[in-house]
Amino acid sequence: MMSELKALYQEIILDHNKSPRNFRAMEDADRSVEGYNPLCGDHYMVYVKMDGDVVKDISFTGAGCAISKASASVMSSLVKGKTKAEAEKLFDQFHHLVMGEVSGENQAEELGKLAAFSGVSEFPARVKCAILAWHTMKSALEAKAEPVSTE
Amino acid sequence: MNVTAEITAPAVTSKFDVARIRKDFPILHRQVHGKPLVYLDNAATSQKPKAVIDAIERYYKEQNSNVHRGVHFLSGFATEAYEETRKKITRYINAASEREIIFVKGTTEGVNLVAQSFGKKYIGKGDEVVITVLEHHSNIVPWQMLCEERGATLRVAPINDDGEVIVDEYAKLLSAKTKIVAFAHVSNALGTVNPVKEMIALAHELGIPALIDGAQAMPHMRVDLRDLDCDFYTFSSHKMFGPTGVGVLYGKEKLLNAMPPYQGGGDMIRSVTFEKTTYNDLPYKFEAGTPNIADVVGFGAAVDYLNNLDFHAVEAYERELLAYATEVLTRNKRIRVIGTSKHKAGVISFIVDGVHAHDVGTIVDSEGIAVRTGHHCAMPVMQRFNVPATARASFAFYNTKEEADALVRGILRVIEVFG
Repeated sequence: MMSELKALYQEIILDHNKSPRNFRAMEDADRSVEGYNPLCGDHYMVYVKMDGDVVKDISFTGAGCAISKASASVMSSLVKGKTKAEAEKLFDQFHHLVMGEVSGENQAEELGKLAAFSGVSEFPARVKCAILAWHTMKSALEAKAEPVSTE
Repeated sequence: MNVTAEITAPAVTSKFDVARIRKDFPILHRQVHGKPLVYLDNAATSQKPKAVIDAIERYYKEQNSNVHRGVHFLSGFATEAYEETRKKITRYINAASEREIIFVKGTTEGVNLVAQSFGKKYIGKGDEVVITVLEHHSNIVPWQMLCEERGATLRVAPINDDGEVIVDEYAKLLSAKTKIVAFAHVSNALGTVNPVKEMIALAHELGIPALIDGAQAMPHMRVDLRDLDCDFYTFSSHKMFGPTGVGVLYGKEKLLNAMPPYQGGGDMIRSVTFEKTTYNDLPYKFEAGTPNIADVVGFGAAVDYLNNLDFHAVEAYERELLAYATEVLTRNKRIRVIGTSKHKAGVISFIVDGVHAHDVGTIVDSEGIAVRTGHHCAMPVMQRFNVPATARASFAFYNTKEEADALVRGILRVIEVFG
């Protein structure tokens, strides 16, 4: 169990939790979507500014556990500057990873920072924490207005 | 820290033999993640003694039949077993009559029954319902729904920084407009024991009936309803060492008689024609449909189990355990306890500075320790203390000081991981 715990709380995750990137409200956002898991209380707002098909800027605010916050932070760093299609591909990769559908190690190169979340799949109760910001981002890119929940 | 010395020294202040009690609860001997289970989520649900588990098995193996219906042997037997639990509960809580004991699914249904039935008859436009900030969602939402439907207003008594209801403020909310007050005996999120007798008396001065949510009180104390003089009291079997899916709504007979039925169906009627149905007497008027017979029988076994305990010793032991656990937890300056009333039962809600409650929960779980994390179905309490969530260790009489020490070690691991 200890090794699984270490795999869950990797350095990258602890670092992004402590110093989240792009952690700010965006006054001139094109879209903002709320992500909220009422049972556990993880609650974020994801802001995006588009330049045509490209995510020109992305940021988030809110509070939640280390997994959800680090996930939101890493998501924002990876998605910034990507096209909508590229962001959606990252979403799919991340989703497969935390659901344990691919091995993080085998594809570590391609996954980059995402690989830090490979330990989440061993903790089914925490998958919803990891994917909340990603679903919220996807919803923002699809210009949906409804709040997102992953519970 | 002189923790070790305190553990090895026998608890001279308590006659309670926890080692013997633990033998009655099979699940306490299992392991989780290769470690002995430390079950500190009793406010969510308690574990069950073997006597309860056996009673349910025996019921299905030897006694199963429907109640109040058949002339055959087993139906009579099942009816008797079901009604026997009602008698046991009547005595256990010192109700005046078995007619005052309504079997429901649990505390939530008990509150909903009163909100819907009493509310339908007595609460209208401009009326008020008074609750407190401490309530579980199940003692907020049914009243909110009723108030919305009826054009009534929900008034909420505040709490202080220790997590205690400010009784003066509560008293100020009561008026001729108040049609019912509803509050917890013990707070599920913080463990505060409310001065319910005083709060009931204040409502009665103005002729206002009082409903008490007793879900968290029943596992920790003997409750005498005629002494409290409340009008309704509701609680769940599963929090007091009985099975899930059954609970009790106690109501004073005069009030229950005046209230319309909650649900229609079999068992709650006297006669049915398409023109007119007449309703059954109490308590059956409020028990439509086949009840949860097996679990009511199991609930009876739980009450027997509790009756065999010396509750003075239980309460003394639990007080000592709670004080000990609070002491060893708060020696760590990273831990802040939310809810610091002098009168508490069974619950320590806490925050580990700089770490979200869910991360605390996951890490201590890896040590075999079960605590609840989140808002504990009491979001207004979390808002009051301006925290998104807490970790909650909740104790029963089968927990030990060693388990409190294990929790402290688990939190040291949390701090190790998070730095």
